[in-house]
Amino acid sequence: MAGISSSESVLELTGITKTYQVKQGMFAKPKPLQALGGVSLRIHKKDVLGLVGESGCGKSTLAKILLGLEQPTTGDVLIDGQVIGPADRQRLARRIQPIFQDPYSSLNPRKSIEEIVSLPLVVHAIGDSAARQKAVSKMLDLVGLPERARKSYPGQLSGGQRQRVAIARALIINPEIVICDEPTSALDVSIQSQILNLLAELREELGLTYLFISHNLAVVEHLATRVAVMYLGKIVEEAPADKLFAGPKHPYTQALLESVLTPDPSLSVPDIHLGTAYPNPIAPPSGCHFHPRCVRAKDICSTKAPPHVAAGTSHVDCHLYRKSRNGKSIVSA
Amino acid sequence: MADTILTVEDLTVDIPIGAGTLHAVRGISFDLKRGETLCIVGESGSGKSLTSLAVMGLLGKRIKRDAAKLEFDGKDLAAIGPNEMRALRGDRMAMIFQEPMTSLNPAYTIGDQLCEALHLHRKVSKAGAEKHAVELLGKVGITAAESRLKQYPHQLSGGLRQRVMIAMALMCEPELIIADEPTTALDVTIQAQILRLLADLKREMNLALILVTHDLGVVARIADKVAVMYAGEIVEAGTAAQIFDNPAHPYTRGLMRCIPVPGKTKPGEPLGSIPGIVPSLVGGIEGCAFRERCELATAACRKTVPERTAKGGHRYRCVHDIASAKVA
Repeated sequence: MAGISSSESVLELTGITKTYQVKQGMFAKPKPLQALGGVSLRIHKKDVLGLVGESGCGKSTLAKILLGLEQPTTGDVLIDGQVIGPADRQRLARRIQPIFQDPYSSLNPRKSIEEIVSLPLVVHAIGDSAARQKAVSKMLDLVGLPERARKSYPGQLSGGQRQRVAIARALIINPEIVICDEPTSALDVSIQSQILNLLAELREELGLTYLFISHNLAVVEHLATRVAVMYLGKIVEEAPADKLFAGPKHPYTQALLESVLTPDPSLSVPDIHLGTAYPNPIAPPSGCHFHPRCVRAKDICSTKAPPHVAAGTSHVDCHLYRKSRNGKSIVSA
Repeated sequence: MADTILTVEDLTVDIPIGAGTLHAVRGISFDLKRGETLCIVGESGSGKSLTSLAVMGLLGKRIKRDAAKLEFDGKDLAAIGPNEMRALRGDRMAMIFQEPMTSLNPAYTIGDQLCEALHLHRKVSKAGAEKHAVELLGKVGITAAESRLKQYPHQLSGGLRQRVMIAMALMCEPELIIADEPTTALDVTIQAQILRLLADLKREMNLALILVTHDLGVVARIADKVAVMYAGEIVEAGTAAQIFDNPAHPYTRGLMRCIPVPGKTKPGEPLGSIPGIVPSLVGGIEGCAFRERCELATAACRKTVPERTAKGGHRYRCVHDIASAKVA
């Protein structure tokens, strides 16, 4: 899409909520579980948006909604300003493709690499058999797999090679947005760096936009241009990556960054004062969802939902902050 | 030395497979004192997990373990029978596994599983065992410990389950704990807390701790000693400072370049990588197993690799005299 300037958003989410009905006993009435509580996000072209948060915070639910595998309870997904409805899944799939965490379970062991990589072309009825073969060759070359790999089966490849196959499969129909859900956490350190380098190169070469879901904050810091921090179905802080890592504002973001273990033998394990008690999403805490674990919590935090403090391209949802007088930055309240 | 609790010399683990023998662990040696933490680092297939299973005597029947010396507190583990080994395991040496989800029995309550070791080894009454279990659950940071005893594993979160595993390993106050990737499946926030807990308990109880992991961040923060494994061998061993500040072996150096370090690697810059894959360990390996992936490889790497010693007992296996070249 050559017409889009780099500042325009390709993908936009407005007030997405997703509520599941959870049954807790055979005869119990189902209770609502709010997996997403009003998520608004914008991803700009060629951005890498890092999405971080603990397990159970709703990262994967958000990815599923973007892929059209789940429908939001309320809110809209917009691509280039157009609302995407349930009937547009085919169109959505051509523009948004996923790369999953585990390349051992995300590839069909009974299909050859050629069949796996060309399947999206078959599904979307693109090209004839000769054209598809050519596209597969081009794709394998692009992700750094040898031509002979096309006749192999997933079982014959290493973890890193399998993840390359998964990347080739995601890119073969020229999507603009790739959702990377923990793409390297199942891989060894030496292979992880190869895949991260490949993802960075492909973004440059093909002008891709990534939503990069990861719990490895060092990796997010390395790759992301923007970062959104999720806690219990809400985005509590969002900012350009350099700003967020240099000066995290939300107490939860601060705790997350403190818990990153950099390979420095002169330091010991950090003491983060963050109870292990991840709240029950069926009965979330009142006020700010984070207040029971927050070291800086005030009285107001347990009664009133935090304000949405936004300035420039950053925002934080926390009682501790307010907008500066000129409205250009976020300052301590 | 009196306070050395574990001595391993020339340990090998061979797995017979259809096409021959897989030499998973190829002659490794290390020792461990009370109150010390040894981290064994390596990628999948390097033999790090098999090493810990071999020490615990938990290898499958067909797998062959051999060692010049395998001593736990002066006791020859290679010579004792399965009954005596079973008496030691869970009592004086304990293991924490990676997946608390699969290593807890879903059909028994937390309390039953915690008290089992104490019943078995110490013949403690049920009430006494439960009292001790509650105490330990409190120590590993589990609130409302008494009510947890009646819960089943599925009712607990991942972080809590891992804490239960740690409490279980501590039930008989062991002298040696081997933890195989104890935090890999957990969130970073929980990981920091679990590691801190292990470090505190180690200090308090003067435990010897072996931590098997592939996470260099974890290693740097918790290890006294580090052993880097590649293709079934320890290719480099030393104190944490020696390994991280002056890595000698090309493999260790390669690993360090692969991880993005906040503040050191520039965002967006390509990361270092190690080309190629781990060689097959079926049949014999001549010379250095890393040479296919090594940028320093020469013809000499096909021959026997000498073990070199650098300053302060820092050991590594390489044809090239890297450390002294750098020190000089």
